[in-house]
Amino acid sequence: MSKIFTRYGDGTPVELSEKELMEDMQAGTEDAADRANVPVLTDDDLKHMFDILASPHSFVSVERGKEVILTYDAGTLKIRRVGVNVDRIQALQIYEKIMGADTMELCHVDYSYKPIKPIITMEQPIMEQALLATHIPLFYGAMPNLGLYSQPDGPFPNPSELLPNGMIKEARESLEQTVEEAVRDIVFTGSAMYESGADGINLDSVGAAGDADFLASLIACRKLREKYPDICIQIGMAGEFILGMHGQLEFDGVRLAGLYPQDQVVLAKQAGATIFGPVVNTNTTESTPWNLARAVTFMKACGEVAEIPIHPNMGMGVGAVPVNDHPPIDIVSRASTAMTSLCKIDGL
Amino acid sequence: MGDPVGMAITHAHASGMGGMRGAGDLVARAQMSRGMRTWEAKAYVAEKLKISVADLTDPVIMTEVREDLQIGQMTPMPGCAKGIEAKFNIARELDFNINCVNRFRTRTSI
Repeated sequence: MSKIFTRYGDGTPVELSEKELMEDMQAGTEDAADRANVPVLTDDDLKHMFDILASPHSFVSVERGKEVILTYDAGTLKIRRVGVNVDRIQALQIYEKIMGADTMELCHVDYSYKPIKPIITMEQPIMEQALLATHIPLFYGAMPNLGLYSQPDGPFPNPSELLPNGMIKEARESLEQTVEEAVRDIVFTGSAMYESGADGINLDSVGAAGDADFLASLIACRKLREKYPDICIQIGMAGEFILGMHGQLEFDGVRLAGLYPQDQVVLAKQAGATIFGPVVNTNTTESTPWNLARAVTFMKACGEVAEIPIHPNMGMGVGAVPVNDHPPIDIVSRASTAMTSLCKIDGL
Repeated sequence: MGDPVGMAITHAHASGMGGMRGAGDLVARAQMSRGMRTWEAKAYVAEKLKISVADLTDPVIMTEVREDLQIGQMTPMPGCAKGIEAKFNIARELDFNINCVNRFRTRTSI
């Protein structure tokens, strides 16, 4: 029996037998189901995923009519990151006219809301000029990044230094203070860019600093929604699970620590988000069949309960996409196809 | 993260709507401004454009539609609506509330 070419989560090639591939998918879906308390994939789902993974072709795509919308985080940054020396409006045009983008995001290289605040008047004219020359919807995006509010980068005591010393109360107080500051910065920047004409505001890598990070994003989202009823806000997550760095923070009476995507999307809607971007992290030491079955299990459950559009993150290192600066097209196309065809999603 | 060939371009070919080659930007606007999920957004845009849902990703059909309605096209011909001009037409033809179009009207006292 011939072997099936696939890869590990770091992109390293590996060949598996049909039995090994099926066993890895089964283990992946069971891992997700156990962690998030959601159903495992059905036999039909696993058979469909097997066919996608076992395809002999180097590139796989969805069936005609099943296509979804693509949104982007750190949009214009990715052109500069590969050393292409164009300015940001040109980068937006490259995505729009050369890369088939449905939407695009303007962003700054220092991709957090806090450092954007003092240079906002330099960012607004770029957005305003870009909107005159482009056609597709443009987001402005950055990260809440609550890590920037604690010492040595910010004014508050660092919870990561307080917690190992048993100073739990002090760490919690510090996190609560960072939430207030971050909300102010996100609302200030989001308001300015919306008033410059942006089609949407993207809060990217939400939850990277734990439950306080998620709380700040939800509060900021609600404030922006109250201020601008027609605004489009996308909340894109950093990981599949909300880390309980504080442990007791709540939004609308729901404890944030420990929430998985199917619960996160409910709070995102309550906060007024228009689009939610759930995440499943890629495990580098497991195979793609394991990672993909695991990711699709989380996202299928999220898509079933979502009452707003969801765009699962499928960038490097998430959504079963390998952790490598040059993600292999064979795996990315398979992950993209499986996610889109097996889950009730609205975009990537 | 990840280079654009491996990420953005691969997703665009594997499962994207093709942006302005099709109606990807328009379906995105339906999601963004009306909160519609994909199947609702596709049906809404198809009805407004008077085409089938399957046609939304067909670059041949959509180029004709976009040219007829002056809502922006990949290869801009002389005299056709471009940029903000095309977005004025998108707002009218698809009944979308487009932030920058509204602000353009206010700033120019249109």
